[in-house]
Amino acid sequence: MAVEPFRTLTAKTKVIAVDNVDTDQIIPARFLTTTASDGLGRCAFHDWRFDEGGTRLPTDPFGADDMADTPILVAGANFGCGSSREHAPWALRDFGFRAVISSDIADIFKSNALKNGLLAVEVGQDVHAHLLQNGGCTLTLDLEQRVLTLDTGERIAFEVEAFARRCLLDGVDTLGYLLGQQEAIRAYEEARQ
Amino acid sequence: MPETLLDKLWTRHLVQAESTEAPAILFIDLHLIHEVTSPQAFDVLASRDLAVRRPDLTFGTLDHSTPTLPANETGRLPYVTPEAEEQVNKLISNCAKYGIELAGMGDARRGIVHVIGPELGLTQPGKTIVCGDSHTSTHGAFGALAFGIGTTEVGHVLATQCLLQRKPKAMRVRFSGALGPGVGAKDMALAVIAEIGADGGQGYAIEFAGPAVEALSMEGRMTLCNMSIEAGARFGMVAPDETTFDWVKGRPHAPSGDAWDAAVADWRTLTSDAGAHFDREVTIDASRIQPMVTYGVSPDAAAPVGASVPAATTKSAEAARAYMRMADDTALQDVRVNRVFVGSCTNSRISDLRAAADILRGRKVADGVVMLVVPGSEAVRKQAEDEGLDAVFIAAGAEWREPGCSMCIAMNGDAGAPGDLVVSTSNRNFMGRQGKGVRTVLASPATAAASAVVGRIADPRDFIQQEAV
Ligand code: SF4
Repeated sequence: MAVEPFRTLTAKTKVIAVDNVDTDQIIPARFLTTTASDGLGRCAFHDWRFDEGGTRLPTDPFGADDMADTPILVAGANFGCGSSREHAPWALRDFGFRAVISSDIADIFKSNALKNGLLAVEVGQDVHAHLLQNGGCTLTLDLEQRVLTLDTGERIAFEVEAFARRCLLDGVDTLGYLLGQQEAIRAYEEARQ
Repeated sequence: MPETLLDKLWTRHLVQAESTEAPAILFIDLHLIHEVTSPQAFDVLASRDLAVRRPDLTFGTLDHSTPTLPANETGRLPYVTPEAEEQVNKLISNCAKYGIELAGMGDARRGIVHVIGPELGLTQPGKTIVCGDSHTSTHGAFGALAFGIGTTEVGHVLATQCLLQRKPKAMRVRFSGALGPGVGAKDMALAVIAEIGADGGQGYAIEFAGPAVEALSMEGRMTLCNMSIEAGARFGMVAPDETTFDWVKGRPHAPSGDAWDAAVADWRTLTSDAGAHFDREVTIDASRIQPMVTYGVSPDAAAPVGASVPAATTKSAEAARAYMRMADDTALQDVRVNRVFVGSCTNSRISDLRAAADILRGRKVADGVVMLVVPGSEAVRKQAEDEGLDAVFIAAGAEWREPGCSMCIAMNGDAGAPGDLVVSTSNRNFMGRQGKGVRTVLASPATAAASAVVGRIADPRDFIQQEAV
């Protein structure tokens, strides 16, 4: 499915300074019985936010944050580890995040995120430490240039897998791209027989 | 150029090689599907009016949302919610619509996706195997390139039998020496994750090698490869050998006759060549591995069962200690247990159940401890019941359930209560994974059973030694 293009984003950050935030934290498994992919924002970080009765916990790290104001999530190391559930990026997108930044982001999560218009960016330890300490600062992510501009004005280059980047920039339909390779696939199948 | 097993598996499946601009297009030999990560992918197919390209290479099972308690008198299964039942029904109707074989409810082939693939002989050396589930690395135990994918990719494979992938880097983890008594593949897995960290395998395919790996049964190799993802690696693999061929031979989907001989001749070439380059090598002395348990909320927080909780050095570790209610220096064997779970695609095969039963035979689960034993598949259940293992569990005071993922992911209603400490043979000790507020301690089936008997985290070797006397 084509995702809406992503070029640049200037926004405030929300810091979750916890390492190894796994996909069960991002969306607890009991919400996975859904057969839909939208409307999962209410499940994002659910057990960090609400008690069993659905009442907001005083410790809710997101509080009454207007997510539209803080669409960049800055997270601790090894963010998104655990399962392949695409429900995790679906929930984060629906919650309002457009990008996540960490020192390292788990492979499957990263791949799922990029497919859903959630830019996953890995930065070096120094930049990561700066971002963790300066929650709420305003950053600019320029995907075209692959440059992150910090609140200090410093410009940091970042890497994004080339194909995923092109898909995000142009809103490419990856399934359509694969379907366009039918001939090569058929040739492979025949050669293997 | 000498090649790694990864190189060989990769090259064989290239429809198109990768370039700087585009990932490789990889052909997929086996696509396993289950109810949780497939419905949205089928919806995409339907919305674009696409067919499943190779239903013959696709196989479905029901495991995550399915109840492990039997149907009531009216034949109704106790689904946790109407949504869970709807999810199951959706896979049933999608498989019927697209001509995909499904091991549905009541089917003797049904079970956890990573248990039944190998059982049915669908899993074979040399194949590319994917599933919308991160523990697909399990199948790498057969010398297959097996990895977990997201739902968008499930749609890609359904529609094109292909995936866009970048080749991972190669890591080799060698286990030298031999395991001691009472120590098994689960302990090896936890030891390697503790060694390299929960993100140590990020970006890598891990090949497990060395004498202690060669000595493992297929089931042990599956346990080891299963947990590669807990070290951040999407792929775990073991080169196929006689143990592999013996295990696959005669299974329903395995080649037979001349095709078998040809397959084995080919499979024998699937080893890393001498001198092949690995981007990272790790060596672990298997003879030094103890029964391992976790004390934190990430699988790399693992230590020998006889150890104490190490001092927290980071904020995250402090938070984990608080969640686990384990202060620094707590002796792990002093930790009280509320529940024990033997099951999951990591440890629900017949050898796992035998290991647990060997400890429980003639003993009782400690007062106040609830123990659940959930076989990984209908075939495992039947085998266990034929061997009388169910009777051993029931006599000890444990519950013997129907196959499924159960408390591994706790989405079918099998869950602990807030605050419960669960010794579990599953693969993830994440906060809330086994129910909100549940504290999970990962362990082998032997360690889990020993802990059930003692009512605290326990060393299975204490029981084995008793028997030896
Ligand atoms: S047993 Fe657990 S890890 Fe394995 S497939 Fe089921 S939920 Fe996933």
